[in-house]
Amino acid sequence: MSLYERTSAGIRPTVFGTWLALLFLVLPVTMVVPVSFTPQRYLSLPSGVWSLRHYDALITDPIWLRSIRDSLIVGLSSTALAVALGTATAIGCWRVSTRASEAIRMLMLAPMIVPAIVHALGFYQAWVQFGLIDTHLGLIAAHTMKGMPYVVITVSAALANVDLRLEQAARNLGANLWQTLRMVIVPAAMPGVAAGAVFAFVTSWDELVVNLFVTSRNVYTLPRKIWDGIQDNINPAVAAVATILILLTLAAMLVRFVQAKRQESAG
Amino acid sequence: MNWALDGTERTARAYWILVLVPLAALALFYLYPLAKVLWISVTVPRPGLGNFALLFTSSGIQRILATTARVCLITTIISLAVGYLVAYTALHVRKTHEAWILFFVLLCFWLSVLIRAFAWLTLLQSRGVVNTALMGWGWISEPLPLVRNEFGVVLGMVHYMIPYAVLPLYANMKGIDPRLVPAARGLGATPWGAFWRVYLPLSLPGIISASILVFIFSLGFYITPALLGGGKTIMIAEYIALQITDTLNWGVGTMLASTLLITVFLILAVMARIVDLRRVFGIR
Repeated sequence: MSLYERTSAGIRPTVFGTWLALLFLVLPVTMVVPVSFTPQRYLSLPSGVWSLRHYDALITDPIWLRSIRDSLIVGLSSTALAVALGTATAIGCWRVSTRASEAIRMLMLAPMIVPAIVHALGFYQAWVQFGLIDTHLGLIAAHTMKGMPYVVITVSAALANVDLRLEQAARNLGANLWQTLRMVIVPAAMPGVAAGAVFAFVTSWDELVVNLFVTSRNVYTLPRKIWDGIQDNINPAVAAVATILILLTLAAMLVRFVQAKRQESAG
Repeated sequence: MNWALDGTERTARAYWILVLVPLAALALFYLYPLAKVLWISVTVPRPGLGNFALLFTSSGIQRILATTARVCLITTIISLAVGYLVAYTALHVRKTHEAWILFFVLLCFWLSVLIRAFAWLTLLQSRGVVNTALMGWGWISEPLPLVRNEFGVVLGMVHYMIPYAVLPLYANMKGIDPRLVPAARGLGATPWGAFWRVYLPLSLPGIISASILVFIFSLGFYITPALLGGGKTIMIAEYIALQITDTLNWGVGTMLASTLLITVFLILAVMARIVDLRRVFGIR
């Protein structure tokens, strides 16, 4: 591979090891692509005949479509809420900056650190009490909590290099609090807000453990459907969904990669 | 600092509201549910520490804890070693090459955990891709037991955790002055000596951060062990779920969940003395 050519001699074995590791990371995942085209009813590599029947099943089976719809509803709503709450926390902590606010910011990270199974039990118990079990609202609330820490982190990082005196200057120039937030601080925090939104959405979109505990029939997300598809004798339609999700991830990564390259060459 | 804060008290109070509203949401929708878990663990089926006594008396539970500790330890060690190699290489090759290495690490990082466990299942199960191929070539006559055992679980977990090891290590190593190793070499150190006595100690904070992240995430891992362990290799998270869904044993389930929670925070408390946790989780 031409990639190796100009690396110095001492690093060569580690380069080889690294690409072996990357192969280990990527290769197993790519295997689901050929499997999704199997003409059989069970998971297998297609031999000779390739079939689209499992993709067809995705489009015609209303449960798959409904699960995507539910995942989008919950994902987008919880992302919006997590972004609002997380951004407010990060901005508040940035400006206040006392020991107490630092401690609160650490506390806000709890949903990211606590193992999912632990808060899944807690959500179940509390949601029974609040009447939120198996409702969209209930799942949105749980996912909002799980998304918030990522927004706090990314917005805090974006604000870390913003001078506190900027806020002071805006106020001295006659902006009220709302104007200062809207026209000065939030724009400065925007890259962090965007990154946090991506993290929060993906967290919700991928969440399974919490969903297993707080939803059943009424709210049925995509990971839940995939999980059930794996549990009952492994439906190859799961391979078709997996292929689509892998391609979407790859596409998003490539767009980001090209953007970063362009910014690099521009700056 | 004083200069920045000498704005009116009222302004500061307004910013406090920005902190307190999300905090209230967290208290009601997150901390309260967690408190309920802790509460149930000491009140169901009867008040007292009876559930926690099982940690010392039940051999079944001790076996689960031992499996969990073993799998997490092995996973952490392998992920760290591989992650270190990848992060180190990424920083010692040309820019384009580095970008490609990071691209593949991040691609894996963003892929759904469920899909990744599913891919391993497709490959490793008895009628899976690997066994079918090996039997087709006549290398084996019986399918190899590659999954539904500890091997499968560790494989899947290492696969999941490598990106979590690479990213903190990479961030840490990026801050190491690249002139130090050549300087050590110039002063007569062997390549290995320069690495061992200069580079490795400097990368220690990264190693600690990455180990904490990987170990803590592994401890409570549910999806990968449940799918690749296939009910044979059971770790604590799956065992907790079984207590609730199969036997409705909330006392034992919440006791183990509380134990898990307390363990995670104890590890963090100990680690907070060695490294700045805010840095580990990226808010500094």
